[in-house]
Amino acid sequence: MNSFPWLTVLGLVPLIGSVVVALLPKSMPLLAKQLAFAISLVVLGLVVVMALQFDGQSEFVFQFQESYDWIPAFGVTYSLGVDGIALVLIALSAVLVPITILAGWNDVEQPQSDSVGSVKGYFALILLLETMMIGVFAATDVFLFYVFFEAMLIPVYFMIGRYGGAQRSYAAMKFLIYSLVGGLFMLAAMIGLYVVTGTFNFTQILLGAGIDANTQKILFLGFFLAFAIKAPMWPFHTWLPDAAAASKPGTAVLLIGVLDKVGTFGMIRYCLPIFPAASDFYAPVIIALAVIGVFYGAFVALGQNDLKRLFAYSSMSHFGFIILGIFVFTTIGISGATVYMIAHGLSTAALFLTAGYLMQRRNGSSLLSDYSGVNKPAPVLAGFFLFAALSSLALPGLVSFVGEFMVLLGTFQRYMWVGGIATLGIVITAAYVLRVYQKSMTGAVGSGLEHIKDLTGREISALVPIAALTIFLGLYPAPVLNVINPAVNTVMVMVGATDPAPTVGLISTTSQGAQQ
Amino acid sequence: MQEVMPATGVFSLLWLLIALPLAGAAILLFSGRKTNKWGPYLGVFTVFVDAIIAIWMLIAMMGNSAEQRTFSQNEFSWMFAGNLKVDMAFQLDQLSMVFVLLITVVGTLIHIYSLGYMSHDPDKRKFFGYLNLFVAAMLLLVLANNYLLLYVGWEGVGLASFLLISFWQIKPTAAAAGKKAFIINRVGDVGLSLAIMVMFVTFGSVGFDEVFGSTSQASEGTLTAIGLLLLLAAAGKSAQFPLQAWLLDAMEGPTPVSALIHAATMVTAGVYLITRSNAIFDAAAWAATAVVVVGVITMFMGAIIGSAKDDIKKSLAGSTMSQIGYMVLAAGLGPVGYVFAIFHLLTHGVFKAGLFLGAGSVMHGMNDNVNMRRYGALRTAMMVTYATFIIGTLSIMGIPPFSGFWSKDSIIHAAFESNTLVGILTIIAAAITGFYMTRMAAMTFFGKARWEDGVHPHESPKVMTIPLIILAIGSTFMGIALLFWGNIETWLEPVTGFEEKHIAIPEWALITITLILVLAGAAYGWIQYARREVPLVAPRGNWLTRAARQDLYGDAVNNTLVVQPSFWLSRFLVWFDGSWIDGFVNGSAAFFGGLSARLRPYQSGFIRSYALSMVGGAVLVVLALVLVRLS
Amino acid sequence: MNPSNYVILSALLFGIGALGVLVRRNAIVVFMSVELMLNAANLAFVAFARMNGNLDGQVVAFFVMVVAAAEVVVGLAIIVQIFRSRRSASIDEPNLLKY
Repeated sequence: MNSFPWLTVLGLVPLIGSVVVALLPKSMPLLAKQLAFAISLVVLGLVVVMALQFDGQSEFVFQFQESYDWIPAFGVTYSLGVDGIALVLIALSAVLVPITILAGWNDVEQPQSDSVGSVKGYFALILLLETMMIGVFAATDVFLFYVFFEAMLIPVYFMIGRYGGAQRSYAAMKFLIYSLVGGLFMLAAMIGLYVVTGTFNFTQILLGAGIDANTQKILFLGFFLAFAIKAPMWPFHTWLPDAAAASKPGTAVLLIGVLDKVGTFGMIRYCLPIFPAASDFYAPVIIALAVIGVFYGAFVALGQNDLKRLFAYSSMSHFGFIILGIFVFTTIGISGATVYMIAHGLSTAALFLTAGYLMQRRNGSSLLSDYSGVNKPAPVLAGFFLFAALSSLALPGLVSFVGEFMVLLGTFQRYMWVGGIATLGIVITAAYVLRVYQKSMTGAVGSGLEHIKDLTGREISALVPIAALTIFLGLYPAPVLNVINPAVNTVMVMVGATDPAPTVGLISTTSQGAQQ
Repeated sequence: MQEVMPATGVFSLLWLLIALPLAGAAILLFSGRKTNKWGPYLGVFTVFVDAIIAIWMLIAMMGNSAEQRTFSQNEFSWMFAGNLKVDMAFQLDQLSMVFVLLITVVGTLIHIYSLGYMSHDPDKRKFFGYLNLFVAAMLLLVLANNYLLLYVGWEGVGLASFLLISFWQIKPTAAAAGKKAFIINRVGDVGLSLAIMVMFVTFGSVGFDEVFGSTSQASEGTLTAIGLLLLLAAAGKSAQFPLQAWLLDAMEGPTPVSALIHAATMVTAGVYLITRSNAIFDAAAWAATAVVVVGVITMFMGAIIGSAKDDIKKSLAGSTMSQIGYMVLAAGLGPVGYVFAIFHLLTHGVFKAGLFLGAGSVMHGMNDNVNMRRYGALRTAMMVTYATFIIGTLSIMGIPPFSGFWSKDSIIHAAFESNTLVGILTIIAAAITGFYMTRMAAMTFFGKARWEDGVHPHESPKVMTIPLIILAIGSTFMGIALLFWGNIETWLEPVTGFEEKHIAIPEWALITITLILVLAGAAYGWIQYARREVPLVAPRGNWLTRAARQDLYGDAVNNTLVVQPSFWLSRFLVWFDGSWIDGFVNGSAAFFGGLSARLRPYQSGFIRSYALSMVGGAVLVVLALVLVRLS
Repeated sequence: MNPSNYVILSALLFGIGALGVLVRRNAIVVFMSVELMLNAANLAFVAFARMNGNLDGQVVAFFVMVVAAAEVVVGLAIIVQIFRSRRSASIDEPNLLKY
């Protein structure tokens, strides 16, 4: 293996960039934007180079590993490393950050008063957040993970609280306290884990003797609660609509597109392998909550009049699918959940960015009832909006379909009725997504919308990469699947689950026997 | 079993069949207004080249022996994880061949027709882009070698249909119709998804070959479940009962769309699905029976709706439902019917496309009015349209020697072979067909002129009439050609299986009875609508007419049972989310806020009172320590 | 001499100091009372160190002295500032430091 500290460098570049951007004089907002964009592109380039060196067939679960002592007295190490799942999520963040910067180029204006932040501050915070996101996905030490997990809140808190809309203080505070409550439970569980295993290092925890089942059940809850709040899972979701409604579109993209994935990522990375018995024990409850979330989110989205809140509830519905896929313990389900995370990141980005473009053209109003017939004056905007909508409803041929279908198939394999019921969700998804499109884009042009401008070159260039990736990975998901499948297999082995075999016909060699 | 051949020679171009219109769609949709000039021609060109390749493939395929007519081409692994492995792979056999021909040839004609029909539309490049997208998706649907890839095409045609129905989306009705079509189709998609899942759980694969190869090992219950789920899917796409409600609204789209998608090709995808899955339905008798029942119900619903509508396109849409009902019931009959279902599908694809394009031509000359009560006496004004429309009418009524006769008669015969009751029902439906088609032709082309003021009917340009003529020629000779020269039974037999049973009634008697009933229906229609004055405003009519005008209450049922409850639930949950879940969250915040408000006065600002409380606290601690010590 | 006498003395001094803090209004006097309490604690520490025969208590006493010195610096500065602005050294005056 190479010894170049890829992950540390990857985390440091945006961090240094963030500091540099923050130190620029306030009077040079353009330079701050350009610099931030350039740095995010450098990170993206580094991620691409790193991903190309990732060995999908390797016997090592974690690659690009680094490990240094940090607080030896408590067995805390600075350990980084990525498996396939972490790699694709890092890649997702690296893709979305430059897109967000480009799309949000004019989202922040030079402040008139002190209560709102400066232009450079916004972009510095985005870069700082990127460091945190890379760190949280790359950490292989539970303590380090926790540090990033909590530190991530700081830039987001300021991005909502200083740059958001009317309800920004309320939303930022709600977000912060909600997340901190979750983090507190995780902290307690983490200390418990240390007491039981004597280390914070993820690999060593796994190598050590298994944890007693009853202890697992308690510790699992601490971790899971934090992840369920972050994901967000029903009924811990109410911070999300407020946060999404109060934030800038770019903030919402990073918040829902990447940050919330930390929750579902944590479930795959920490809950399942460390607490297999507890995962098994709680799975029925979690699956029930996930299915409730799928339908609950979809039905509430059907009745929303605020675009951002609507997309937040739709995300909650999608997160229901992801959590469902994780907790059915089938290879197809977990792989599907991972693909779904990528797909959801892309489709959410497309939705929020197009909605943001739309709102910008009408004084920032996010009310659905303020829009109609936009297709006439701005066909390109309407076209991208439709694309985002289709991506959100998992049209076959787009990457969201790959994720959603695999999740449903994996669920059906294990619990036929749950899979069957969850499949009905695709109808409601179509209903609320197309309702938005129909109301806002079609029909007679609403008053005040006759002369709105269509998308500019900059705005389109932020959306094109998303659309291209969505289609490309939908038709050819192999680059992602090749990388995540070995990681998923490892998770399956750790959980001790095997895939149900087909009842008749060709029994493939990878699956023996029915459910354990 | 058929031998699967590698796709060499012309068959190596299988992927190109799909890629070509897809590329056309991409170019047209992404390049913006500047392609408005030449874009439509590009759209026609890609489909035309596809048609040539398809004909070339047909010729090459006919050169092979019957067992060597299946060609497969594997592109790459598409979805894989655990024991799931789905390839991006195409397969061309006799069944998909006839579909490819139908799609590309009729598609080319309709593209050409659209050059004239859409010539004044400011967004015509978009229209051709969507049409190209449709052709690509439909070809993917019939060329896929597994169910999951078929699903991609399945939703792709649904998307194209959605886009084209709501093409004039400035009209709220068009946008609503598109959405409705998509959502109802999604209900069918649930069926297809679940069918695929059951297949995977049962057979460990979703490929056609693997699934059909091991049906014998699966239990009949499983196969029945798969069959019923596939039927649900087919009902959604083919507008069969109980998912029929979208098709009539879909007529909001431009007429060429109605012809290509909602008459000739896409709506018949359900029939393709059932026929393709013949191995499953053959082994699941209950599911096959359900298919017949659904087909029969829809056959009558469509015919009744078609008889009552005054909108020429909706009347034709009712007729399409009815004819697809014929195909579905034929497919449900098993090996006696599959071949004829496809046979009728092909002839119907041609004559119904002709009829729709004819209707479009009439509308073109009548300022886009669709109300037949405002037509009349158009036979002199538009000769070509008139002649071709009448040929189409005779064909769909099943008058020999027009092509509809051969295919419909085959279905009636096959129905008698398996169940006399079904057979009788098909004859009755044929009689209704005679009535509504005569009514349509009479109201449009005969009787007195009832035109609105300022309407000057005129014949359409050549670019529109030439496709009409070609389709009329097809409507005339295709039946004979396919049956006697093309030997459709033997052609499809390796894929679908075929058997013939002896029936008690002789062939000639059956034909005579059918023809007499059809002509009786036609005569009644003629007397009612050509001999008598047609009122400008529809009379109230009897209860059946009124029900049929309401689409037999399909929308009302959907609204009461599904749409309204969904919105109620949605409203309830919005309230619940705000008042209860978020209420709890904010309530806990308010609780602690209130608590702190209560405690706040104790922070009085008097330093000495703080000191006193500190001393008090210290004394308490000391006392506690002492007490613990002493006890 | 019995070391427990020192402890009793220390308790007495501490009591006087605490009483002084509670009843006196002049900030300077309150301050002196606080010092008295600190020194009472110091005395106790030293006495305990003597009783236990190790130096821990003495070390703590040094720490207390350092902290007390620092506290005096800050505290006196604040008192002087308050006196300057309000012309009063009463500690009941600055009761603005509340919710």
